[in-house]
Amino acid sequence: MHHYYKLQEEFFVDMQRCIGCKSCEAACAECETNGEESMIHVNYVDRAVTIQTTVQVCMHCDDPVCANVCPADAITKDEFGIVHTANTSRCIGCSNCVMACPFGVPKKVEHYDLMMKCNMCYDRTSVGKKPMCATVCPSGALFYGTREEMEKMRPNSSPVNQFVFGQEVVKTKVNIMMPKGSTELKIF
Amino acid sequence: MLQKINLKAFLVAVLATVLTLLLVLIGSRRLQNFDAALVAYLFGTLFAIFGIVYRYMVWIQRPPTRLYFKSSFRILFSKDFLYYLRYAIKDFFKNIVLQDFILKRGKKRGISHLLMAVGCTIAFSITFPLTFGWIHFTLDPVSGLDPNLEPIYTAHFFGFDVMHFPVKSFVGFLTFGALNWCSLLVIIGASYFLQKRLKDPGLIATQTFEGDILPLLLLILVSLTGLGLTLDYEFMKGQTYEFMAVTHAFFVIVFLVWMPFGKFFHIIQRPAQIGAHIYRKVGKQLGMQVCKHTGKEYATQLHIADLKKLTRQLGFQLESKNGQSLLEYSPEGKRDLVAIAHLKARQESGTYFG
Repeated sequence: MHHYYKLQEEFFVDMQRCIGCKSCEAACAECETNGEESMIHVNYVDRAVTIQTTVQVCMHCDDPVCANVCPADAITKDEFGIVHTANTSRCIGCSNCVMACPFGVPKKVEHYDLMMKCNMCYDRTSVGKKPMCATVCPSGALFYGTREEMEKMRPNSSPVNQFVFGQEVVKTKVNIMMPKGSTELKIF
Repeated sequence: MLQKINLKAFLVAVLATVLTLLLVLIGSRRLQNFDAALVAYLFGTLFAIFGIVYRYMVWIQRPPTRLYFKSSFRILFSKDFLYYLRYAIKDFFKNIVLQDFILKRGKKRGISHLLMAVGCTIAFSITFPLTFGWIHFTLDPVSGLDPNLEPIYTAHFFGFDVMHFPVKSFVGFLTFGALNWCSLLVIIGASYFLQKRLKDPGLIATQTFEGDILPLLLLILVSLTGLGLTLDYEFMKGQTYEFMAVTHAFFVIVFLVWMPFGKFFHIIQRPAQIGAHIYRKVGKQLGMQVCKHTGKEYATQLHIADLKKLTRQLGFQLESKNGQSLLEYSPEGKRDLVAIAHLKARQESGTYFG
């Protein structure tokens, strides 16, 4: 099953292109690995003063803070760099990962006493398909494909996978499209 | 290469194993009541005890686990001991005994898991004391020799008489058939999960054979071969006894040896959930943290303060140079920070898109 994962394909996010339509949310709930719960986040940044929306998938960090702070060893990273959602038999619902993730990705589903998060539609990507959200995004905020395809589509942007949070530099598997020549994004 | 042995965990595991052996000696009255036929099971169990205690000790030494372990015990044994003890018992009953949270994840799933858990728990509580020689049964000599009297069995625990009951009675039927009933519960529960794992695309994508399928197969095989023993003496006049006994022993020992490494370890880890609940309850009483961006409450102040220490201890420097911490932002606030930084970078480049 996992032999079909296409390592040459990557995830590219450009939240500046997000129009807040929430198509990705509906599509995400179709992912078989989420138990029909939507894991992608779309929200207004500051609705009182702007219509700006943002979209956030799991960035699949190289050294995931969520997995490090998990007291139950419930979060693991696989050989493709996918940081998987909490192992249902281990997760104790403490929310350490929810509060520590620098990108605000994991969700605590109180009803299940369980953390759930995006695992890049592993049921699809592990068989060579694209994640649900990226296949339905109408504005190009979410794209899954090769770097070459992305370069052709966005010749004036550069994919960045290095983010600065305070004094911490976080490297991720997922890229954010930035102005041409950018090498990192300072967030906090 | 072998990883470095955790000395503290090793010593505690050795101590636990030696203590079990001592209790075997005491409980079986210096092996007088020990059933020699069960010696292979005893060694399997001792290995499981060593492995489980070792892994547990390594696990609770990890910084995030230690945080919850210490905090929940400190809270439990505080001046409000009785209040939190009552809460912990209630929570234990709701989440560990009834497994309410699994039931909420799906009715069939919850019931199947409960069947497996009840079957395993009763089976463990019978087989471990039997293997250790703590429980044994004797036939009352008077009732056994007189054909006109109903044979009476005496159950002994730690060498003390506990109860007497006629062999052919409801109590006798339940006592001697208990493991068969457990087997049936486990087979029903594990079969449900096995068929689910063979059909559900989400599970197929993420599961592994050793992590998810093997434990279910082992549970079913242990139960089936256990039932085989009853089948043999009830209906086959003991003609296949050796085969049944050897196959059952084989699967039980594989199960015991696998316990510390595989999925079964979650049975030992699960009570930590109660610790997390106590921790959150206390945190709520102490006060909530408000997000610097959204202005909404999102976690307890206790949790955020501890997470700041924990992330620092793990080598993550999520504070800015002026001492502000990223952890003072809610998940939604953090997502907004990413979007704001992204917009700023685009604006500075002179174009919103590229």
